Amino acid sequence: MKPTNTVIKVCMGTGGIAAGGSDVMDAFRTELDASGIEATVEKNCLMHKVGCRGLCAKDVLVDVIVKGQKTTYQYVKPEMISRIVKEHIIENNPVTDWVVGDDYHNFHKKQLKVVLSDCGSIDPEDIDAYIAGKGYEAARKVITSSAPEDVIGIIKASGLRGRGGAGFPTGVKWEAAMKQASKQKYMICNADEGDPGAFMDRSVIEGNPHAVIEGMIIGAYSIGADKGYVYIRAEYPLAVERLRKALSDARTRGFLGKDILGTKFSFDIKVKLGAGAFVCGEETALIASIEGQRGMPRAKPPFPVYSGLWGKPTVINNVETLANVPYIIRNGAQWFSSFGTEKSKGTKVFALTGKIKNSGLIEVPMGIPLREIIYDIGGGIEGDRALKAVQTGGPSGGCIPAEMLDTPVDFESLAKVGSIVGSGGMVVLDADNCMVNMAQYFLQFTQMESCGKCVPCRIGTKRLLEILDRITKGKGKEGDIELLEKLSADIKAASLCGLGQTAPNPILSTIKYFRDEYEAHLKGKCPAAVCKELLTYYILEEFCKGCGACLRACPAGAITGEKKKLHKIDPAVCIKCGACFDVCKFKAVKKE
Amino acid sequence: MLSEAAKKELNEIRQKYPEASAALLPALYIAQREFGHLGADAYEAVSDALGVPKAIARGVGTFYAMYKHKPMGRHIVQLCTNVSCMILGAEKLSDFLKNEYGLEPGGTTPDKRFSLVIMECIGACGTAPAMLVNDDFYENLTEKHIEEILEKYK
Repeated sequence: MKPTNTVIKVCMGTGGIAAGGSDVMDAFRTELDASGIEATVEKNCLMHKVGCRGLCAKDVLVDVIVKGQKTTYQYVKPEMISRIVKEHIIENNPVTDWVVGDDYHNFHKKQLKVVLSDCGSIDPEDIDAYIAGKGYEAARKVITSSAPEDVIGIIKASGLRGRGGAGFPTGVKWEAAMKQASKQKYMICNADEGDPGAFMDRSVIEGNPHAVIEGMIIGAYSIGADKGYVYIRAEYPLAVERLRKALSDARTRGFLGKDILGTKFSFDIKVKLGAGAFVCGEETALIASIEGQRGMPRAKPPFPVYSGLWGKPTVINNVETLANVPYIIRNGAQWFSSFGTEKSKGTKVFALTGKIKNSGLIEVPMGIPLREIIYDIGGGIEGDRALKAVQTGGPSGGCIPAEMLDTPVDFESLAKVGSIVGSGGMVVLDADNCMVNMAQYFLQFTQMESCGKCVPCRIGTKRLLEILDRITKGKGKEGDIELLEKLSADIKAASLCGLGQTAPNPILSTIKYFRDEYEAHLKGKCPAAVCKELLTYYILEEFCKGCGACLRACPAGAITGEKKKLHKIDPAVCIKCGACFDVCKFKAVKKE
Repeated sequence: MLSEAAKKELNEIRQKYPEASAALLPALYIAQREFGHLGADAYEAVSDALGVPKAIARGVGTFYAMYKHKPMGRHIVQLCTNVSCMILGAEKLSDFLKNEYGLEPGGTTPDKRFSLVIMECIGACGTAPAMLVNDDFYENLTEKHIEEILEKYK
């Protein structure tokens, strides 16, 4: 027996590796070698790693393609491989028990993949895999036969807007930099993704780093830059490693370096590691950090396109924005602008997380109703509970309540309801999540990450957090909600950079839609039963079997009761740790 | 003192930038690797190697969360407790590390085996809760899972 035309693709993004992807690959190698098959891996059977295809919750995901027929397996473990090799690869009978179900296919059905089109299908560490799918064709075409003005014209006509949060038109930015007379210009890729709840940039670099590099080459050619930087978080070791390999391969093939593809155009890219400061995602702070300073923003104008890195004209684009560029050049502006809405063109990658069945990375056309994302792609809420709200845009964004679920997801519509597209985080919340607690979490984050340069942000976020802290501890005062609103308005108006200007958004939008929850806290109740200090635990007589599990679990000795008789919690001793609640099998412990 | 290899590495990085101070971030990473953490001697070494005032070097070093200013354990457990991880139970995991391993946020075990750093979003929100141990990602964490993982790090 000899397996022919077999391809095995193992998901080896961060999610795949964490779930044991390397062990799965090893198991395939061993099984194929040992199963008496004449061929070993790499001869008749090609196995390679692929980047994230989005549904990391079902990792390790493995595609087995036999004679052109693709079968996808989920939750693959090394011990499953011998059966897959024997039954599927040798006998051509897929192991149906382990094949992905309808939810996997539904997850992909309503998506539209541009940026992620090659993620999850090609080997991100193999430049030939990218080239085989028309990779670097766009860069070649541009460098050898287009004028910079024409390239910028295409990007402008496509309607591409920045995917890092602000949504500024990419072509307009490039044009401004192109028109600068300076001999030295810089092209920077902002990969300092730090919004809680967002991991799209990480996945794009891990899954298809060459698309980002190609986008940078096209950008650099258009504006006339010969040096580029990718500023990337040090917390993403795999993305850094794959990016470095991709840069070195691109250099070897002559797509980077001196006189690229025999032209007069030279361009090279360096990797600059961040060091754990969220504010460095702000472009002027990012520049300061590359220059080796504390990552503090400065006032704009001048904008970086006029005076950026070392005072030279500098374009800073986000990872996803740049990864769109080669596909736009390859397929045309019209193709790209046929997706999306009038003002928000193309697609957007979102990280769908929280209380959702299919959490993961998705790419959808701009303007898709939020409801379709949550229920058709995401499969609905865990345990089929009711949705409470969707938090979009991370610490700069806001909440969209369940009754507004038909809101189209694009720059304008989300802004209208008080949230933002932002970098693309989407955290799904159900009735068990307290909105005041959510706002508090985001403020803890922004307060911690505030660089301290301007007073409204440094002191303002601290005061906001103090007020939220006391509200969640049942020590809120009459007028606190109004105070939050007033302080928020001042901080938004007076802060120097985007961090401070948007930091109050999570508070304002939760007050707007969930004011009753704030008011309940002022009256000493947390409706979602989350805020510890406001909880009381008690045991329901009708459900308690007197098993004693809670009594044994209680670390404070607050529970008393005899075997097979009703147990009781002494509220004066209870430390509200929730151990009894977690351990009770009969749902007899109640918290409210 | 920096090792000869580190000095060479630092010099190479220095050449990549138009000015010496721009090499501070990578230089501080090298010093941290060499000295274990950034103390007075580490700043002195960086300052000497780049010709940048010590005060400037320290100013930069203290701005960024990934530079450590006290001795760390052999393995650094970096647990995310931000929103996506929090709503899926990261706080309980933090309590677990405290109760089972005596690991407080920012603390180190007496045997110097582990240090715990609470992280702001590590970008593994789709498979939350998540943590990094040194450079390795671990996701969909439970208490039992953490026990098994930490066994691997001696």
